Amino acid sequence: MDWIFLAELSVNGALTGLLYSLFAIGLVLVYKSSSVPNLAQGALTMLGAYVVLAFSIQLGVPLWLAIPVAIVIMFFVGLGIEKVALRRLAGRPIVMILMMTLGLDIFIRGSTLAVWGGTSRPMELGVSYDPFFAGPLLLSRINMVGAAVSVALFVAFIFFFRSRLGIRLRAISDDYMASWSVGISVERGVGLSWALASVVAVITGVIWGEIQSVDQSLSLLLLKGLTVAVLGGLDSILGAVLAGILLGIVENVGSAYLDPIVGGGSRDLLVAIVLILTVMVRPHGLFGRHDIERV
Amino acid sequence: MFYRQSGIRHRSYVSDSKLFPIPMDRNLVLFLFLLGLAAPLLIDTLYLNSYVLPWLIWTAAALGLNLVTGWAGQLHLGYAAIMAVGAYSAVHAARFGIPWEFALLIAGLASAAIGSVFAFAAMRVKGLYLALTTLAMQFVMDWVLSHVPAITGGSHASLQSPPFKLLGQPITSDAGLYYVAFGWCVIVTIFVLNMRRTGLGRALVAVREKDYAAAILGVNSLYYKIVAFATSSFIAGITGALLVVTFFFLASPEQFSVTVSVQVLAMVIVGGLASIIGSYLGAALILLMPGFANSLFSATADFLGWQMDPETLAHIPNAAYGALIIIFLMVEPLGLGKIYNNIRDYFLVWPFDQMKK
Repeated sequence: MDWIFLAELSVNGALTGLLYSLFAIGLVLVYKSSSVPNLAQGALTMLGAYVVLAFSIQLGVPLWLAIPVAIVIMFFVGLGIEKVALRRLAGRPIVMILMMTLGLDIFIRGSTLAVWGGTSRPMELGVSYDPFFAGPLLLSRINMVGAAVSVALFVAFIFFFRSRLGIRLRAISDDYMASWSVGISVERGVGLSWALASVVAVITGVIWGEIQSVDQSLSLLLLKGLTVAVLGGLDSILGAVLAGILLGIVENVGSAYLDPIVGGGSRDLLVAIVLILTVMVRPHGLFGRHDIERV
Repeated sequence: MFYRQSGIRHRSYVSDSKLFPIPMDRNLVLFLFLLGLAAPLLIDTLYLNSYVLPWLIWTAAALGLNLVTGWAGQLHLGYAAIMAVGAYSAVHAARFGIPWEFALLIAGLASAAIGSVFAFAAMRVKGLYLALTTLAMQFVMDWVLSHVPAITGGSHASLQSPPFKLLGQPITSDAGLYYVAFGWCVIVTIFVLNMRRTGLGRALVAVREKDYAAAILGVNSLYYKIVAFATSSFIAGITGALLVVTFFFLASPEQFSVTVSVQVLAMVIVGGLASIIGSYLGAALILLMPGFANSLFSATADFLGWQMDPETLAHIPNAAYGALIIIFLMVEPLGLGKIYNNIRDYFLVWPFDQMKK
């Protein structure tokens, strides 16, 4: 057993895993407030990256300005999606809500590609591709940047949930009937969580766009993000971060040892198996709230 | 006037539980059945085999998914994976030399076996988590199809289906293939129509409404969940096999990818949960809409003199497909079946609307 190789795999896996957490935070934000599993988050991530590129390439705005502008635009896109599509489905069976997010996913992906085309294009953040040497370990610089952003976002959300607005969101996620009765506008809270999820989607899109360039495959992050979110417990942001690290390590180390046996491509298999096992063994995840169902 | 209800008096339970209490419904179904029988004479073979045939097969698939999602209320996002099991086992069995009648049966049984594995997820969780598990199982199946050459011949390979024979008759003509699809669709429709008025159907509905409550009433909800999954998988298996045999003529992994699962679910939702006529209409809409959107947009672009990027045109059907699902869920979440029912309810008392209770 080559311990340095294993350590390198684990650390790089953990860094990649934190990038999955970035995606999962967006899912958790929406699920926490409205119990809607947002299967359109992958498409939103892709849209976010394309909007950033639309400003920076087509309009020639520098990237440091294009990203905030895209964040503002996507904030309102998120608000709009919640207001137009999801609000009227409240109280409907979960299959309709799932189908709505799947329809949104197909629609956003289709129209994004129809407007900007599917050719893959780089996101030039200017992070060097040279590996970073930490002792004997080779680490990817962009993954480190992304992991740092992920942790920063997590800390920011901790503070946000201590603010007056954040406490309102927490109240909504606890019990929306009770929140209604004390005068909290549940609709606005849920809309805000969609807007924040779309903002997270822009950030995810920028970081992942730098890693793998901006194209349709950005929306394929959905399976990994979903697995991380479920593993961490769908309503826990801390869970999303820790589960991301865990899944990243499992995926990276597991695929390094499994790939030679099964002939490559075992990453997606491992992720799907982790998702199945999580749901079978502990459906509410590592840190999620265990709801008791009443007849 | 059309749906005449006068003179219908039930004197026994048997007559009360008739399939079509109102003669008009029965006549309409008979008329549609005859229309289906006569279709090869009425419709050009090109349209028959490129539109009507896939429509009937996808309708059978949608009915199968509707059984588990609409009637039994169990979310299933891995339906295409089950169809793949059926398709590949039928093609392999036929290549092995087993007659097609048995190959199709093997397809159904193999799918039912794998589908029951999906049901074990349903025994543990439900709702959203069940959807996520079946989605993950679909991804596992995708992976198996593209990484196990023994089944598919590799990720980019496709498996040729051997010549199709039923009862010793080679079926190669367009009309023959159409009748096979039509026959299967009719069988599935009759099964689902009748299932609604049996104990099984009522048990499934009880499980859908609330599985704990059903258990308190003495309905073994775990058993009926497995039955629902196995039955719908059996239908899926034979449907998948027939899809390969009569339409694609070869089996390849991307015919059964996760997007196909979403597509069948979209047919069920757009058609309406637990609605038979809805499954027909939903399958038609989802299948025909992309082509229609494409020709509509290119016609508009030609008319206005725009230069449309071919890439733009290629992605417009997808956007329109997504928009269709969104609009349906916003405007009529109960689907096309509900719209049909509204029209039927209107004609039930027409022209004496004021007699409506």
